[in-house]
Amino acid sequence: MGLNIEKIRADFPILNRKVNGQALAYFDNAATSQTPRQVIDSIVHYYESINANIHRGVHALSQEATDAYEAAREKVRKHFNALQSHEIIFTSGTTHSINLVASGFASLLQKGDEIIVSALEHHSNIVPWQMLCEKTGAVLKVIPMTLSGELDMEKYTQLLSSKTKVVFVNHVSNALGTINPIESIIAQAHKIGAAVLIDGAQAAPHIKADLQALDVDFYTVSAHKICGPTGVGILYGKEEWLQKLPPYQGGGEMIAEVTFEKTTYADLPHKFEAGTPNICGGIAFGTALDYMNQIGFDEIAAYENELLTYATTKLIEIDGLKIYGESAQKTAVISFNVGNIHPYDIGTLLDKMGIAVRTGHHCAQPIMDFYQIPGTIRASFSFYNTFEEIDRLVEGVKKAVMMLS
Amino acid sequence: MSIQEIQNEIVEEFSLFDDWMQRYEYMIELGKSLPLIEDQYKIDENIIKGCQSRVWVHAKLENDKVVFTADSDAIITKGIIAILIRVFSHQHPRDILDANTDFIDEIGLKEHLSPTRANGLVSMIKQLKMYAIAYQTQLK
Repeated sequence: MGLNIEKIRADFPILNRKVNGQALAYFDNAATSQTPRQVIDSIVHYYESINANIHRGVHALSQEATDAYEAAREKVRKHFNALQSHEIIFTSGTTHSINLVASGFASLLQKGDEIIVSALEHHSNIVPWQMLCEKTGAVLKVIPMTLSGELDMEKYTQLLSSKTKVVFVNHVSNALGTINPIESIIAQAHKIGAAVLIDGAQAAPHIKADLQALDVDFYTVSAHKICGPTGVGILYGKEEWLQKLPPYQGGGEMIAEVTFEKTTYADLPHKFEAGTPNICGGIAFGTALDYMNQIGFDEIAAYENELLTYATTKLIEIDGLKIYGESAQKTAVISFNVGNIHPYDIGTLLDKMGIAVRTGHHCAQPIMDFYQIPGTIRASFSFYNTFEEIDRLVEGVKKAVMMLS
Repeated sequence: MSIQEIQNEIVEEFSLFDDWMQRYEYMIELGKSLPLIEDQYKIDENIIKGCQSRVWVHAKLENDKVVFTADSDAIITKGIIAILIRVFSHQHPRDILDANTDFIDEIGLKEHLSPTRANGLVSMIKQLKMYAIAYQTQLK
């Protein structure tokens, strides 16, 4: 069954606004998705009705807030089919989640151990591991990419050895939209006993990952990419791994007993949730997942694929337009340039036409270096985008190119 | 012409246009008249930080006036730096330091004045004024 786009769009107040005097056409979904009324309502409801600190109050509000927060954790568990809800750690987002794991591994790695990352990573996926290498003497190895924007899996197999301790790959590339073959990446790494962290930030809005089926050790998600609020996300970790990692931050909530001689840490998930968390954000994240599931991920993926195919067909008709990332397996993201025109120029003119795209290196400079370009224009689609909006994008690009040539 | 006179002139030129497209087309046109930086100065040290596109600026002092040259790999950015250079080049460092840049708002480029804007107009102005400070110190 198809989606009722008109009804869906009515859920997103921001889609009605004008930008530079024009109706907004929002194609920067890979950076941040827009927020439906239901999620906004849940934020308002939290502050109007149950705002309190959680997990330690004896009073009714604290109990209600705790229940709502823990119910959200359970929603996340269920959505991603994790085995246990205490394997879901609320964080401030994917970057926080990755840093938590990378810093934890500092005590588990030795000089000469190897960490494998992919050439398709976001800076937030490269820098924490570089810092970890500096700290431990471990060595960073990179799975190279091919011209079509896919990982070179043969090279990956060759990189794996008894020295490999951690493999880190994103599920979907933020700059190109490539869906990486994480099943095979995980299986191969497990054969030699390495842990695997998959960054699901770009995948979550399009693909419902089944964490148990994937058998992945760690998985990260940011709520704001999947119709939730900013500043909240999760780290999934298998219990055995989360037990092995030391706490990331000290503070309230994460302790069992404190004396000046020794502190014992709280059980999972609280061991990793020091201080007052983003309670409202966590709850609203749960609402966002409810919202997306009500629409249905299969339906969302099918519709977004139609948008992708339509936009790809239309855009490549433009003279000199080149798309970067041509994997058959990709999410609804098109990264492109036209001739030698700087992406910033086209992005600026599109903005004047009310069309929001991302331009630049997308925090993935190694990919841009690989293609020897300063950056790209990235249009990323969501289930609330329409074919008419894509027509505007195509016309907008043509107009911009005309002005700039 | 004084900085103020040049700014008035630019404001007048832009007032002829009634939509953004014409303004941007004119800005792109102005970019083509940018006094280009010599290749030897087109080096990383002369890149202005804070711009999504690359902008190189060079300055020298001639008869107590600062002379700017520049280039950019983006066309709109080139237009923006061309406007700034038209205003600030061949001026005394003291006058450059004293000048305000309200005219940017008046020519309909207000959105570029936000410090967080990726094109770095604010960084460009800051860089030009930094050169002026350096030369002002030299002149004292």
